[in-house]
Amino acid sequence: MSIDQATVARIAALARIRLTDAQREAAAVELSRILDWVAQLDEVDTSAVEPLRSVMPISPTLREDIVSDGGRPEDVLRNAPQRSGDYFVVPKVVE
Amino acid sequence: MGWIVEGSTGRWEIVVGLEVHAQVISRAKLFSGASTEFGAAPNHQVSPVDAGMPGMLPVLNRYCVEQAVRTGLGLEAQINTYSVFERKNYFYPDLPTGYQISQYQHPIVGKGRVLIDLPDGRTRAIGITRLHLEQDAGKSLHDQHDAATLIDLNRCGVALMEIVSEPDIRAPEEAVLYLRKLRSILRYLGTCDGNMEEGSLRCDANVSVRREGSDALGTRCEIKNVNSMRFVAKAIEYEARRQVELLEAGGRVEQETRLFDAVRGETRSMRNKEEAHDYRYFPDPDLLPLVLDEALIERLRAELPELPDAKRQRFEREYGLSVYDAGVLVAEQATADYFEAATRGRDAKQTANWVINELFGMLGKAGLPLESSPVTPAQLGSLIDLVNAGTISGRIAKDVFAIMFETGDDPGSIVEARGLRQVTDMSAIEPIVDRLIAENPGQVETVRKNPKVAGWFTGQVMKATGGKANPQLVNELVARKLGL
Repeated sequence: MSIDQATVARIAALARIRLTDAQREAAAVELSRILDWVAQLDEVDTSAVEPLRSVMPISPTLREDIVSDGGRPEDVLRNAPQRSGDYFVVPKVVE
Repeated sequence: MGWIVEGSTGRWEIVVGLEVHAQVISRAKLFSGASTEFGAAPNHQVSPVDAGMPGMLPVLNRYCVEQAVRTGLGLEAQINTYSVFERKNYFYPDLPTGYQISQYQHPIVGKGRVLIDLPDGRTRAIGITRLHLEQDAGKSLHDQHDAATLIDLNRCGVALMEIVSEPDIRAPEEAVLYLRKLRSILRYLGTCDGNMEEGSLRCDANVSVRREGSDALGTRCEIKNVNSMRFVAKAIEYEARRQVELLEAGGRVEQETRLFDAVRGETRSMRNKEEAHDYRYFPDPDLLPLVLDEALIERLRAELPELPDAKRQRFEREYGLSVYDAGVLVAEQATADYFEAATRGRDAKQTANWVINELFGMLGKAGLPLESSPVTPAQLGSLIDLVNAGTISGRIAKDVFAIMFETGDDPGSIVEARGLRQVTDMSAIEPIVDRLIAENPGQVETVRKNPKVAGWFTGQVMKATGGKANPQLVNELVARKLGL
């Protein structure tokens, strides 16, 4: 399976990763190889197999509806590149 | 309820489905222990899970799951005992993780329905496609700064139910009826407060048009931001006309997301996204599939309250109310409860009139919700008793009610303190009637020729007594005096 450079560019854009032309070429080759390797699984007929969501036959742990967190804006905002009062500040996002 | 756009080349009908985002009533968020309360200081209700801190793991809130199941049951829907949380990937500053945890291929609730009440008294079923649980995003404030956007993550991670209808809606007004009924059911269930101003209930509409009688589906547009009952019909109507004009001019409807501008009353394209969204859903590896116990579903089913449709039918059957009166009274649980408390042991139609006309009128004028009514159901009940016992006239009763609404006093004490008791002692009325007859020979002549206008005298007596005379008795007295 071969991934072309346009596909790499699209995936990079969705992931918000900027690639140089050279990186894009390299990524196309590398991603193609990875897909080829994984494609070996196509040799097995899995049409009657349900996707496996978890290897453990257990139910998820649920939390009770109790307020147990919050009230610590300083912690939340500590890594903010910029803040205004208790808000995060980000470059203008226009609708 | 057919609705047609008359185009220049023929008649067109609309096909509409609604996607409603309903905020789940819960104390804590869907996957974290932070509070959901509205109106807190920015970023004060944020856990490291909500902030997308590395290494934090989501843990599902049991109560939110139960709320979704309750809602599914209230929508007469299939409850799926197996459901899966998936990641919906996109980048936006108010979504710190870069993905929204949602449900995609395996929602918690499947097909159901909502019955809408048409103006002619008939009902129509609008299908529900699915209901799934997902997280809300944070809030972006674009208008506080010229060059920056401010982000508040308090809402980030709050549980939402996305409720998707089938494209069964055929008129703008039907969309409003659907939303009203859905909101009413959610409020009865206590799973969403339905507050559209605070954004607890948000609506997107998928709209397409087709030639009348056609079975084909046209290309649809998704209209975002129709966040009031009033605007839902407006937005759909505008969009339908826009599509018809476009098609009749030889154009094509592009499948796209459009924004409703409430100020201009129009929809406009949001085609500034450089490319179509590709959400790349995949099962969230941090969350195991959710498996529900049948016993839990049955317990929640047994706990369901009487819902609006059942209550309306009971009000019609048990109280003999009209479809309209019953519908008005059951729209809100609080109203239905008020009515039932007030009418206990009394005439239901009479009580319904008092609640719908007088009480609602006063509350509307005062801008008060029923919960803040100064008049209790018991007080309204005793007022009705005073009228029925002949202690006060119907006209005086309205004045007494106004005073009750203002002061919160009991009707009995108001009537006594202000001397509003109906005068039934004819010896007090007789001199007035005599005087009126003596002073108005012309009227006497008229009435003798045409007894039907004897009401003029009754009216004068009522005026002279400040409405306190019993009109029935006055009628009889006037007739006797004039020899009618």
